[in-house]
Amino acid sequence: MSLLEVNNLSVEFATQDGAVRAVNNVSFSVDEGKTLAIVGESGSGKSQTVFAMMGLLAANGKATGSVRFEGDEVLGLTGDALNAIRAQKMAMIFQDPMTSLNPYMRISDQMAEVLVHHNGLSKSDAIKQSIRMLDAVKIPESKNRIRMFPHEFSGGMRQRVMIAMSLLCQPKLLIADEPTTALDVTVQAQIMRLLAEIQKDFGTAIILITHDLGVVAGNSDDTLVMYGGQVMEVGTTESVYAAPTHPYTQGLMSAVPRVDSELDKLVTIPGNPPNMMNMPTGCPFTPRCRFAIDKCLKTMPELIHSGGDAGHMRACNIPKEDLV
Amino acid sequence: MSNETIMQVEDLKVYFKVTPTGAMPWTKPHILKAVDGVSFDLKAGETLGIVGESGCGKSTLARGIIRLIPAESGQVLWLGQDLLKLDNKEMRSRRQEVQMIFQDPLASLDPRMNIGEIIAEPVKTHHPKTPTAEVKKMVEEVMVKVGLLPNLVNRYPHEFSGGQCQRIGIARALILKPKLIICDEPVSALDVSIQAQVVNLLKELQEEMGLALIFIAHDLSVVKHISTRIMVLYLGNMVEIADSADLYNTPRHPYTQALISAVPIPDPLIEKNKELILIKGDLPSAINPPSGCVFRTRCPKAQDICARDRPEFADAGNGHKVACHFHD
Repeated sequence: MSLLEVNNLSVEFATQDGAVRAVNNVSFSVDEGKTLAIVGESGSGKSQTVFAMMGLLAANGKATGSVRFEGDEVLGLTGDALNAIRAQKMAMIFQDPMTSLNPYMRISDQMAEVLVHHNGLSKSDAIKQSIRMLDAVKIPESKNRIRMFPHEFSGGMRQRVMIAMSLLCQPKLLIADEPTTALDVTVQAQIMRLLAEIQKDFGTAIILITHDLGVVAGNSDDTLVMYGGQVMEVGTTESVYAAPTHPYTQGLMSAVPRVDSELDKLVTIPGNPPNMMNMPTGCPFTPRCRFAIDKCLKTMPELIHSGGDAGHMRACNIPKEDLV
Repeated sequence: MSNETIMQVEDLKVYFKVTPTGAMPWTKPHILKAVDGVSFDLKAGETLGIVGESGCGKSTLARGIIRLIPAESGQVLWLGQDLLKLDNKEMRSRRQEVQMIFQDPLASLDPRMNIGEIIAEPVKTHHPKTPTAEVKKMVEEVMVKVGLLPNLVNRYPHEFSGGQCQRIGIARALILKPKLIICDEPVSALDVSIQAQVVNLLKELQEEMGLALIFIAHDLSVVKHISTRIMVLYLGNMVEIADSADLYNTPRHPYTQALISAVPIPDPLIEKNKELILIKGDLPSAINPPSGCVFRTRCPKAQDICARDRPEFADAGNGHKVACHFHD
């Protein structure tokens, strides 16, 4: 059994202009100690997928389907039952570490709060444990710096504080939503290295959400590609990169410039990402896909085995041999 | 591409005065050296990439060159004329030749003007007597050039996606047929697939119109793709400048080496086995920069001399310049 099993997860928002479906029948699983990367452009539904799992959807959002953590259903939990899952089983770090820390509270108070609330520790014990956790994420002079306010830290240091805070209750699954997007490349390298070390030390499974194909390549076991709220392709990172079998994945891979190669011209995907309010029926990628046939306009293809490596699945109406 | 040098920047310095919060009125303000003595030249039709971490002074340098921020000292020779010495009226007419594209495509367009008005604004500012029919024709031409349908002139910026807004910004920069466009992080707010479209567009326009570009970005893969030469900035100081391929294949400054090794490569086989040069710590404060070489506090090669002497530029051949006492 996998640590986390997501089956047919859909997320819908009720808006003034009618229902907007941000996530459509998404299924995947994450094993203990492994990293799953979810890749997609803005509006692909990657963040809403994990928000639904953590019970963080906006008030007008509704999730259906099933999310099982160690076999127990977590979708639809509320109040205390939900809080028991958060932090202790699943924890999350966000893109912007400044807006996700409370600017009015010292780091010590924010971190201790987690342990006092979830583990019932006394405040002084909680602070001692928080200092140990700051050491684990390599914040120098942790004893002094824990007394500081968020604005006294640099961007990279704040993200370390967020990581330390999310690990306080030793969750089995850490969800990182664009953890390095706001950071410089050198700091990004430090943070990704840190996450890998933490995964080794604590055996934490990680869901890494990002749009950066380079970050995914170096830091994940499996890759899930989303577009317009649907899973386009999923498989081990090695097989998805070596032999992408979906037109969108192929387009994405060739649209990224690389530092290690010379290209005269980038291959582009024509058009724009889909508008959530006005999703095409059938496959959401159809309007931008150069292989699209009539069938694509009407029916969304099922996610089926690609014929390549084990676990490599694709959702496309066109046989992969014809994608040339 | 002609070999004519269109811009020569000599020892440009841009300083800011910063008053500490809660300071007494008689307290002397601190001096923040945002750009501290940068020199380079730019040839017609070439692209100069500027890279560095946030806070290294890339945007301040670009703004200092065209006097959007007053410079402390130095020289900016534009076609032989020192821009820093011009009076406001002369400077204004020079601005036709140098245009700028900004990072946030939507925020850089006035929400209450329609697309036609936005794109025509530079013409109306610099050549107010141009007949309306001609302005209209110019707007249409330039819209076609950047891949926008001319029948969209009456729409407003909020009706467009990020990529299209960036095209509108590019059209506005192009309409006066400038010789140089300064692009300040033009693609960092865009999705990967849209980013490729805009980068290709800039390259095509450059070839077609013989434009020179100064391309600022923190994404080194994009900069490498578009630039002829690349300058690396660190804490307001230029540490290395070289031809694009040269810089990536044989970086000579320890900072450049670390920066390039930190760029993730979208290939799991390479990326997972890559040896990373990690630099420790954070960027020091520009108000109180380290003595000698500014990079020494984070440099793996730093020795006593680095704290004493600011390194001079050494020429490694082919215009490859590096400022380090112990460069490779």
